[in-house]
Amino acid sequence: MSEPLLVVEELQKYFPVTRGLIFQKEVAQVKAVDGVSFTLEQGQTLGVVGESGCGKSTMARCLARLLEPTGGKIFFEGRDITHLNRNDMRPIRRDMMMVFQDPYASLNARKRVGSIVGEPLEVHGIGTEHDRKRRVQELLEIVGLNPEHYNRFPHEFSGGQRQRIGIARALVINPKLVICDEPVSALDVSVQAQILNLLKDLQQDFDLTYIFIAHDLNVVRHVSDRVMVMYLGKPVETGSKQDLYEAPKHPYTGALLSAVPIADPAAGRARRQIVLTGDVPSPLNPPAACRFHPRCPRFVDGKCNVDEPLLSPVSGHADHEFACHFPLEHWPMDEQEIRRKPAALAGTAD
Amino acid sequence: MALLEVKDLRTRFRTDDGIVKAVSGVSFDLDRGKTLGVVGESGSGKSVTFLTVMGLVDRRHAEVEGSVLFDGEEILGASGQRLQKVRGKRIGMIFQDPMTSLNPVKKIGWQLEEAVLLHNDVTRAEARRRAIDILKEVEIPKADTRVDDYPHQFSGGMRQRVMIAMALINNPEVLIADEPTTALDVTTQAQILRLMTKLQEEHQMAIVMITHDLGVVAELADDVFVMYGGRVVEEAGVNDLFAKPEMPYTWGLLGSLPRLTMTTDRLEQIPGQPPSLLHPPTGCAFSPRCAYVFDRCRQELPELRAGAVGEGHLFRCHLGDDERARIWAEKKAAFEAAEGSAA
Repeated sequence: MSEPLLVVEELQKYFPVTRGLIFQKEVAQVKAVDGVSFTLEQGQTLGVVGESGCGKSTMARCLARLLEPTGGKIFFEGRDITHLNRNDMRPIRRDMMMVFQDPYASLNARKRVGSIVGEPLEVHGIGTEHDRKRRVQELLEIVGLNPEHYNRFPHEFSGGQRQRIGIARALVINPKLVICDEPVSALDVSVQAQILNLLKDLQQDFDLTYIFIAHDLNVVRHVSDRVMVMYLGKPVETGSKQDLYEAPKHPYTGALLSAVPIADPAAGRARRQIVLTGDVPSPLNPPAACRFHPRCPRFVDGKCNVDEPLLSPVSGHADHEFACHFPLEHWPMDEQEIRRKPAALAGTAD
Repeated sequence: MALLEVKDLRTRFRTDDGIVKAVSGVSFDLDRGKTLGVVGESGSGKSVTFLTVMGLVDRRHAEVEGSVLFDGEEILGASGQRLQKVRGKRIGMIFQDPMTSLNPVKKIGWQLEEAVLLHNDVTRAEARRRAIDILKEVEIPKADTRVDDYPHQFSGGMRQRVMIAMALINNPEVLIADEPTTALDVTTQAQILRLMTKLQEEHQMAIVMITHDLGVVAELADDVFVMYGGRVVEEAGVNDLFAKPEMPYTWGLLGSLPRLTMTTDRLEQIPGQPPSLLHPPTGCAFSPRCAYVFDRCRQELPELRAGAVGEGHLFRCHLGDDERARIWAEKKAAFEAAEGSAA
């Protein structure tokens, strides 16, 4: 296999917390992304899931170099782009585009569709004005809009159509990698299905590589080849779609999966759920050792809050990794599985 | 007699561009202790229906017709004073966005106390005690100190709990929840849904759950109605609706849901956009997007009727019983094939 398109090693992004007006003293750090590594092959889709505040959007912004990473390395087509300056970064930006969550906020309301979609071409000085117009109209057609929409304003479109405009803008310049940050969360189900199908078709037609960020596990499963589950800035489980959804190991993955409402009254009401209590703790002061331990139903005192579990592979599935001392053994879970303590400690529990 | 009886409710908004027919004839009954799920996309009229029921549409711009009987008493068009006795007291409401529904410059406790003081002749100290109790009931940790926090000090899930607390503080008989979990993470959503079920059992309330998420409806509702273009297009018991949906829009909604168990690559999509209520299509509102459309659909609005299954399951569609049965059998087979080995 050829060289992977994107390699990320131990990516970190810390935001400083400062006090004082003039002498801004750094008093703490928010570790929004704290050690994320993955490899993404050309033509694949990596799905990233987690609750709000888990650092998934910050990670995306670091990858696109919209934020400066604090540590770690990002290799794009074998080249280290972690700390490239603006000028050196510019040609690489052509190959890396983003689609944003909110189709209302991410399009400039005072520009016409033609200039919104054509802007990347203009920025990179590609083609004559005539060429650009033709390219933009071609793209509008590809994403299922009418080329005559060229001169309209964003407010004349519905949410789904706006998201198509956002996709056209990302693709107009023939990127290799498209980072989609919650591209369908703001859309109605019937329109969401249209956009998901469109993204899939485009991936096939143009050999695109996606990083697909979402909080909806159904959606992530539908589009991804590999999935990474994040919690408080760290990946807790990564694996192929099949492995992760059919045999999740980390209790947090189990909790996320079992929290998804099922559109089948009988199956939905019969299943066992891990219902997490409380909210995601503040990344300003994350829990020690395993960051999930205060909310984990399988928490073992003296182990989970002392010893940080590292990502380790499932035996027999080298590319399915999880970070947990007491992984799930059965899926779907039963009541016992949810609270199971390891045999050695079973006597002390309950 | 049902607790809430709504008959032929119609809401039209006058706008600069013309008349928007937001709700065109919605009728339903809601019994004590039951949960009604209302499903529809944006612009289907699901929220406006219940804003109208509560007398919360602005009468300067809206024309309202029909009848809303609450416990036998007509409340549609009732005076503000009379409505005030019902709203927030016997009918509680939760709105979608907990940040914009809470006053950012008032303490949580103050906002809860206000709801108590408005409807009950009690002291502020007593109101505060009730506020703390209800916060405990919705599982806010350290309720007796958090009561003095401001909304921005709460997370999204906690703010939604506060909204639920506010709706429940006067022990309402009906709780209307308009997309209460849409802005939340799945894990928080699961907490909130579980909390609502628990509180319903304890208080024997009727709940109206307005949502676009068929999954939420499948988990909570006893009865469901699907809205499209300002009308109910299908209503049924929750098991019936998912086991044997009777009309093309409901088929489309079910098909366009990505499911955890699905193994195919493509979702079934409903082409096009929801209709404009300013210029609704003639005939069936779904006809421009429907794969089974024929001439009659474009000319004549289908009545809400019962099919072969019986009285409790109503839908709007001109297709014959045999044809619908045949199409659904095909769809169902396709869904099952899509679930593949994972099932």
